[in-house]
Amino acid sequence: MVPLSHYLFLSAVLFMTGAVGVLTRRNAIIVFMSIELMLNSVNLTLVAFSSFLGNVTGQMLVFFVMTVAAAEAAVGLAIIIAIYRRKQTVNLDEINLLKW
Amino acid sequence: MVESVLQNLTYFVPETALVVTFCAVLLADVIFKGRPRIPWTIGLLGLIVAGVTAFQQTGLNRPVFDLMIVVDPFAVFFKVIVAATAILIYLMSLWSDEVKASARRMGEYAALLVSATLGMFLMAGATNLLMIVLALELTGLSSYVLSGYTKEASDSSEASLKYILFGAVSTGIMLYGISLLYGLTGATDLIGIRLALEGQAMTHTPMLLISSIMILAGFGYKISAVPFHFWTPDVYEGAPITVTAFLSVASKAAGFALMIRFLVSTATPSLGVDVMAVVQTFEWPKLIAIMSVLTMTLGNIVAIWQNNLKRLLAYSSIAHAGTMLMAVTVFSQNGVAAVLIYFVVYLFMNLGAFYLVMLVAGATGSEDIDSYKGLGHRAPLVGVSLVIFLISLTGLPPTAGFIGKLYVFSALLDAQWIWLAIVGALNSVISLYYYVRVIRNMYLRDPDSAPAPVVLTGAQTVLLMVFLVPTLVLGVYFAPLVDWAHASVALFGIR
Repeated sequence: MVPLSHYLFLSAVLFMTGAVGVLTRRNAIIVFMSIELMLNSVNLTLVAFSSFLGNVTGQMLVFFVMTVAAAEAAVGLAIIIAIYRRKQTVNLDEINLLKW
Repeated sequence: MVESVLQNLTYFVPETALVVTFCAVLLADVIFKGRPRIPWTIGLLGLIVAGVTAFQQTGLNRPVFDLMIVVDPFAVFFKVIVAATAILIYLMSLWSDEVKASARRMGEYAALLVSATLGMFLMAGATNLLMIVLALELTGLSSYVLSGYTKEASDSSEASLKYILFGAVSTGIMLYGISLLYGLTGATDLIGIRLALEGQAMTHTPMLLISSIMILAGFGYKISAVPFHFWTPDVYEGAPITVTAFLSVASKAAGFALMIRFLVSTATPSLGVDVMAVVQTFEWPKLIAIMSVLTMTLGNIVAIWQNNLKRLLAYSSIAHAGTMLMAVTVFSQNGVAAVLIYFVVYLFMNLGAFYLVMLVAGATGSEDIDSYKGLGHRAPLVGVSLVIFLISLTGLPPTAGFIGKLYVFSALLDAQWIWLAIVGALNSVISLYYYVRVIRNMYLRDPDSAPAPVVLTGAQTVLLMVFLVPTLVLGVYFAPLVDWAHASVALFGIR
């Protein structure tokens, strides 16, 4: 059987990949994909702990995290479309009317 | 099963009212196309019903739906604050050019305000990690769309994009923290988490620390505490003023409610465990003290450079969050009561300031501080009221802002946080500088060109009085407010 620490390590790596993607990528859609990656690493952690503890609450939480991710993606993409219609770009460096 | 659900529903009336209102507003918006007043009125009535029923819950202290949420004096207090803010914002929106510019979509605006209010009601009472996440998301998603409501203006949609990016990342971070906390304790309700933490030796401390900091990041984002504040100025400047005012008071109140409940519920030992074991291991107070100092100082210092009054108020609201965090640091009943008192005061003075900025922007078409030159002579009522709100935001007597700061500082001094109180006092001095700059422009500078007149209608003056009178009265007669706050510090499951 694969020990718990392997799952946790994998999910930590996934989470970091997502976080680095959010910080370095400049395309709004790719940033959203990185956020999805972060949320999925949360799901992996929850399922791993749930099976380790023999407690189903964690798996129930996963369903809600998925719902949250879907809702966020829907609203996020709608906002990106609204921006694209005005600016013809989804590059975050060019969306810079507001600063300091 | 059914009976227990029905019985629980009787303690869930305000939230149910909001859900029903939300659906009714959406339906009415579809049915009465082209008559946005109808869904708008339904929304207002729903908010009032929710506010009144929330107030009627005063004195209850019990769990609802298997400890998913609770109804306790603390939650009721914040629900009343949120409902009052929502109703006042709703009325303010009547004269907002930004909202009226898209009058066709006013039904949407109403529906989103109601759903954001619902999210904040749930945040005030959530005691389960699952409910906390869902409430945060409901509030967040509604606010993202609301801040992009005037999507024809490019700064509004930019604000919305920045808001959802920061929001989604901080939700991700917080969820990761929650998943670790669940793994450590096997529980999702806050009281279960506390019992589990008390039961085990602190062998997992590094992991516990990481997960707590990640969860704190989620709360910090909601209350715009440094270093999670980056979204605040941009969103506050880009969003319509009414939405900015709503976020700066209601969203922050709900964030504070959630954060205080989380910290107190997980860190207060049950009877028989004598040390605040968890608090000691984490050094929560020190961490929050540092956060509050950074938040206040950054908010105040950056505010000095601002020329847009809306953005200035955004930084000032960051600074106010820092002041309230100081009171959270104390971890005592006095500290929590000070936060509650501060929020009532902050509601009136901050909404009042935003209301005047909105009216002046509607008349002159500008939010720049330069456009306020000579305003005090052109529009005496607006000028004097704005001076009172700004003095109150600084925290000088005889306004309500002084009472708010007084209780924060006395809670700090009671708990021997002398250095923190000194930093807080210095920060008030800094804030005086940029508030006075606006006042100086209004009274001591002549306008550059022939300025547009600022004339208030009768109804607008009445709403102004709703903000102005409490700001003055609470500065001299505050005993009932203090009593209410002290009666509202009781959290469910804490002694």
